[in-house]
Amino acid sequence: MHLVLFFIFGGLCVAGALNLLLQRHPINSALSLIVVMSSLAVLYLLLGAEFLAAAQVIVYSGAIMVLFTFVIMLLNAGREERTHGSKAAYLVGFPGAAALLALLVYVFLSYREQLGGVVLGEYLVTTSDLSRVLFHELLLPFEVTSVLILVAILGAVALARKEQ
Amino acid sequence: MVPTSYYLILSAILFTIGVAAFLIKRNIITVFMSIELMLNAVNLSFVAFAHQWHQVSGQIFVFFVMVVAAAEAAVGLAIIIAIFRTRNTLNVDEIDLMKL
Repeated sequence: MHLVLFFIFGGLCVAGALNLLLQRHPINSALSLIVVMSSLAVLYLLLGAEFLAAAQVIVYSGAIMVLFTFVIMLLNAGREERTHGSKAAYLVGFPGAAALLALLVYVFLSYREQLGGVVLGEYLVTTSDLSRVLFHELLLPFEVTSVLILVAILGAVALARKEQ
Repeated sequence: MVPTSYYLILSAILFTIGVAAFLIKRNIITVFMSIELMLNAVNLSFVAFAHQWHQVSGQIFVFFVMVVAAAEAAVGLAIIIAIFRTRNTLNVDEIDLMKL
């Protein structure tokens, strides 16, 4: 059951990511990225991270992707055109990415014995477990992130404002 | 039971597709989206390791990555809007003012 769910949603992730790579219109890429993020939320649930699954849906596939689709529509982005840079990018991009994938898969497969397995429901991090760590040991970094968000909002408004 | 290495390999596949999309795509918004894809792939491996070692810190890391990604998306998209206003293009090959 766990394996079937993993393969369904892992396959959806890979299919969405490949679709992002192959589509030429940015809105299609954005929609396939939403598929990737939503299926990643299901994988988080399988790994016992219930708060992160909810946050993934709300923050990533909700807020961030709405921002992306909004900007795509605001700028009226059309299909991307092929330019002189495309050919060099193809020549470097695909072999480099394939070499990276081969290296990572080799490392993970060679350590598969030590890593063990994931049993469904064996280890569950509840929201209270997470918040206990977040608000006791990591209170200062948590508060600093709120400053970061504030600075980011101010920066975004200042950058996107029309020049007088 | 699913081996943890399957989750890590899925994360590696997603990260590699993100790298390939980052290098190949010519539209600045799609390039930005492939960065988000790479961040998500790394988040998956963090959660897999948090489950593997029964540690909450892995999930805390993912939480902070999400916060930083939200801030980065807001600022990055504002920069993209500013670039589009001044240069009227989204193609990364035409935004080469700093190139020698």
